[in-house]
Amino acid sequence: MDVLVCIKRVPDTGGAITLTDDGMGVDSRLLGHTVSPHEEAAVELAVQTAKATGGSATVLTVGTDDSIEQLRNAVALGCTSPVLVEVEPDRLGPADVAGMIADVVRRHEERGTSYGLVLLGNDAADTGDFQVGVRLAYELGRPVVTGVSRFEVDGEEVTARVESTDGTDVYRLPAPAVLTVMEGGVEPRYPSVPGRMKAKKAVVETVEPTHEPVGNGRVRLKLPPAPPTRVEILGEGASAAPAVVDLLEKLGVAR
Amino acid sequence: MSTRTALVLLEPTGGALSEVSAESLTFARHAAAEVHALVVGADASTLAEEAGRLGATVVHGAAATSGDAFSAYAPAAWAAAVVAAVEASGATLVLAAGTPRGNEVLAHVACRLGVAMAANVVQVDGDDGGSMVVSRQVLGGTALEEMRLTDRVALLTVAGHACEIEPAAAPAAAEVRPLDVALDPRDLVVRVVETVAGEPDASGALKSAKVVVGAGRGVGSADGFKEITDLADLLGGAVGVSRVVTSLGWRPHHEQVGQTGSRISPDVYIPCGISGAIQHWAGCSSAKTILAINTDAEAPMVTKAHYAVIGDLHEVVPAINEELRRRRG
Repeated sequence: MDVLVCIKRVPDTGGAITLTDDGMGVDSRLLGHTVSPHEEAAVELAVQTAKATGGSATVLTVGTDDSIEQLRNAVALGCTSPVLVEVEPDRLGPADVAGMIADVVRRHEERGTSYGLVLLGNDAADTGDFQVGVRLAYELGRPVVTGVSRFEVDGEEVTARVESTDGTDVYRLPAPAVLTVMEGGVEPRYPSVPGRMKAKKAVVETVEPTHEPVGNGRVRLKLPPAPPTRVEILGEGASAAPAVVDLLEKLGVAR
Repeated sequence: MSTRTALVLLEPTGGALSEVSAESLTFARHAAAEVHALVVGADASTLAEEAGRLGATVVHGAAATSGDAFSAYAPAAWAAAVVAAVEASGATLVLAAGTPRGNEVLAHVACRLGVAMAANVVQVDGDDGGSMVVSRQVLGGTALEEMRLTDRVALLTVAGHACEIEPAAAPAAAEVRPLDVALDPRDLVVRVVETVAGEPDASGALKSAKVVVGAGRGVGSADGFKEITDLADLLGGAVGVSRVVTSLGWRPHHEQVGQTGSRISPDVYIPCGISGAIQHWAGCSSAKTILAINTDAEAPMVTKAHYAVIGDLHEVVPAINEELRRRRG
């Protein structure tokens, strides 16, 4: 089965972040970039599925040409034929991104590659819209399951597993389908040396977006206000232990 | 004051209203003049009293026009019920909890209505009846985005702990109205066919613990948890960890505290080496007393805590354990 996996270059924020002067984005000049843990899992599942079914794992992103770094990383892990929909992503909304991915899926189908599965992360690490996968499924008229941690392909039937508070929900659906992936079901692999060589040489297919974006409704970004601090410092280092145990006794939890 | 009618998709658990749904109802009451609720796949009448207490005037109980289509979760069918309830109620604002299912169903509704959806909203900043500006969590909760919703129906999911659950000023049992939903066979293609029970009560001990010892990236490795688990054992408590700890595979997912893990409300929470990203804070902010152990006095977890020890957890936690053992004799 041929699989398309969609990834997004996002700032590797870790802790505190700084906003741009106009408040419309994150100042990422001093930050590294990555893809979300959900997408790392999606890439792993795409590569595993391609191998198990004798198909391919094509990787796609929507963004500026800086995103080629993330495409090549995915190729180093076993994806092929990287595709860049080249567009400034900041002004795009989830419907725009879904529409652009759908256009690529349709164009590749005309060329003879029909994707049995399109995989995305459950939500983008930066915009957190939680809807691109579902919108893509509606664009393509395909079934979709979100938050999938593992799945198996048997011919044209896909069995997808979603972890919930009650246990594991199992879905069975026909391919072609769209799945959004939640981290936790598979361990992403590390790139191999031959993988890295392939990644360097891979030719990126760059396509132009076909329609004007409708946008995302962003007014501005803001940092949440810091709550007033009320903390009482009990001490520094190991010498604070007696004060800590005094407190635990006072609170009635040191038995 | 808003003139909107809001529709809240409830996510009942075991026949009762869940905490997140109670939050969504409270949130809706602050954002709309009238609140209706929708129940799919459960008995609406058993939830009417509780929904009414939280300000809903009407509870729509979805029933498929043929068969027992709502007996198992099917996101597209759930979305069809929401669309039917929007028509029946005249709602111009639809809310669900910012849970996996809440986000999934509303994304389907967004596609069906051809409108935008805002995920993980924490507050409504302004609303002139046609255009609404909301603040929602982005970048994993480290920043907020003000987003304008201008469609005829505004869709939003409510971030966990966006508001305190509050009963309505004049609570009354909500009126129960049956809602017929005509489904297309395609709405049931994706449907839960089986639920495999998880490890029995894997996160139960954590959720009910009176003391939780938290551990974050500062622990350093999968082998660094000995003193943390010792402290939890000495206090008769449980271990809870941040997301980074489970994604690095140091501890199992059922120990995760936060927006995508368990929400805890122990008497005492002792986060060790946890910086306190909003994602984590969402899961632990209900603790009665928080005692943070961290090398960074400016870490959000320290500034939000009631008490703190500034220092390396690898020195502080063993010293506390030793002191506890010493006093116990």
